[in-house]
Amino acid sequence: MTAGIPAGTRGPAPAHRELLEGGTPDGSGHFGRFGGRFVPEALVAALDELAAEYESARVDPAFTAELEGLLTHYAGRPSLLTEAPRFGQHAGGARILLKREDLNHTGSHKINNVLGQALLTRRMGKTRVIAETGAGQHGVATATAAALLGLECVVYMGEEDTRRQALNVARMRLLGAEVVPVRTGSRTLKDAMNEAFRDWVANVEHTHYLIGSVGGPHPFPVLVRDFQRVIGVEARRQVQELTGGLPDAVTACVGGGSNAMGIFHAFLDDASVRLYGFEAGGDGVETGRHAATITGGSVGVLHGSRSFVLQDEDGQTIESHSISAGLDYPGVGPEHAWLAETGRARYAPVTDAEAMEAFRLLCRTEGIIPAIESAHALAGTMRVGRELGEGAVVLVNLSGRGDKDVDTAARWFGLLAGEPTPEGRA
Amino acid sequence: MSGVEKAFAAARAEGRGVLVGYLPAGYPSVDGAIDAIRAMVDAGVDVVEVGAPYSDPVMDGPTIQAAAQAALDRGVRTADVLRTVEAVAATGTPTLVMSYWNLVERYGVDRFAGDLASAGGAGLITPDLLPDEAGEWLSASDAHDLDRVFLVSPSSTDARLAMTTAHCRGFVYATSVMGVTGARSATSNLAPALVERLRAVTDVPVGVGLGVSNGVQAAEVAEFADAVIVGSALVRRLLDAETAADGVRAVAALAADLAAGMRGQA
Repeated sequence: MTAGIPAGTRGPAPAHRELLEGGTPDGSGHFGRFGGRFVPEALVAALDELAAEYESARVDPAFTAELEGLLTHYAGRPSLLTEAPRFGQHAGGARILLKREDLNHTGSHKINNVLGQALLTRRMGKTRVIAETGAGQHGVATATAAALLGLECVVYMGEEDTRRQALNVARMRLLGAEVVPVRTGSRTLKDAMNEAFRDWVANVEHTHYLIGSVGGPHPFPVLVRDFQRVIGVEARRQVQELTGGLPDAVTACVGGGSNAMGIFHAFLDDASVRLYGFEAGGDGVETGRHAATITGGSVGVLHGSRSFVLQDEDGQTIESHSISAGLDYPGVGPEHAWLAETGRARYAPVTDAEAMEAFRLLCRTEGIIPAIESAHALAGTMRVGRELGEGAVVLVNLSGRGDKDVDTAARWFGLLAGEPTPEGRA
Repeated sequence: MSGVEKAFAAARAEGRGVLVGYLPAGYPSVDGAIDAIRAMVDAGVDVVEVGAPYSDPVMDGPTIQAAAQAALDRGVRTADVLRTVEAVAATGTPTLVMSYWNLVERYGVDRFAGDLASAGGAGLITPDLLPDEAGEWLSASDAHDLDRVFLVSPSSTDARLAMTTAHCRGFVYATSVMGVTGARSATSNLAPALVERLRAVTDVPVGVGLGVSNGVQAAEVAEFADAVIVGSALVRRLLDAETAADGVRAVAALAADLAAGMRGQA
């Protein structure tokens, strides 16, 4: 298996980081001016405990062996690298290589992080995990790991999302988790996260908050990145084996940003590799109905760290909009904010319509139904491929599979009884 | 001596604790909130906390969330919070703002401090800002002579209690339970131990909050704390009222009960 997961996550400070203040992050979780901890004091002890436990776990051979064992024999890693030549014809003739996180157990990259944090939970002697979920992928993954390790599990999910993703609610309940519909605020992912924080403040002694993305207070952005880093570590080696070199570009979708950080991180020091994050542009950034936090947001504090936030003039959070429930979040992980600010990675929006066109195209050209989240990366990849031209190698993180999105897609394309065929839709 | 410190000195001279009352700006309306806050001051509240409504209040339970959301739905702005402070501070009662950090950062930390001071505000309570991240606020509060109230918790280490209180001015806000804001039927058994640990590391007055809902509980907490902080129980009176005038009367009645409890008359 891949060497050093997560033990290999720290190394000598690479060149591009020496140009910037401190390491990434510094000891208190700052990526430049981003990150940090903006939480009630009541959570500080738990965050310190988590950071210390992780520091000891990541160099403990027993811990890394157990995690690697689960990733291999339970999650199904390493995930495949699949070349997509017919799709590539629509991407300027570039060589498109799909990192198949959709083939993992539970259907997305979420399992990588969840297994790591669930093992940490047990190591800390805690017996209960809580999680927030939007589309339900992180909730399903958390419920899965909780069942596997015998942990009590409560998942907070916006009431709106429990309706949009009823099947995932049923999945979590089958796995023994309690799903709590959140009725406050906009009743979506950000409110589910608020509710999870409230639960954690009250039950922190025996409960771990298993955050699903690279946001939140320190050490979560580091922890989740490190557990997702396996994606890029594997892919980097697989691309080298297949092509004899590094990719020209790496693309991923960015909501909170865990799949993107997971695939980007192994390439940060490869100056020749361009990194592209594609945000959910919804109806178009200019309409105000989007979830493109880096493109259309501003610097602020939300859910425990400083990053880019969709907010109004006063700093009140603005509701995000995206066809993809997994990207429908008004914040983004602080390391992405930092990569954007330093220019190491570039971020651009992809509209609902562009994402759905790429979704359709991958289904028809490669026989793979992607998650709508991942379809944003595919749409961006088509642009990147055309820009870089024929023969350029583009590595795409296909972060999840589209089973959960069949209903949404069927409605979008009018495939339900008596409705027009896909071609009927411009 | 700041206004808040004077309030503590005056209460101490009377041999009683300080009563701190919280209500959010803008609920049921900006003027309605000002009326309710003035009524609680008339009924015996010594120090006022004006809550700044925020879209994502992770430290607040359902009661305060509901009032804050209603205020935001009606378009309440940070400028309205400052207007509320000005109207309340004009009564001569020390008036603090309680705000989640993003609102202050967005307004501009130094600009906020300046405008708060100009409005007659006494300082700021910051539920999600740790001293560790507060560099800009420490400077701005010094520059504008404002009190700064950080929170401590039963889970705080002694080292963090010492560090946090070293940055507090006015008082330190001790959260008496592990949890969010909200009235509770019994006061916490974690609070006395937390206050005792605080006494060992600081001379800063200690206010205890979270869960106090009546005069009897207030009296219990005042036995070991310098100040008793009441929020959700007061907000609940406004939420349950049929009219704004009823709400003001109900807030005044509860404030009077709390004040009497702390004067040994409960």
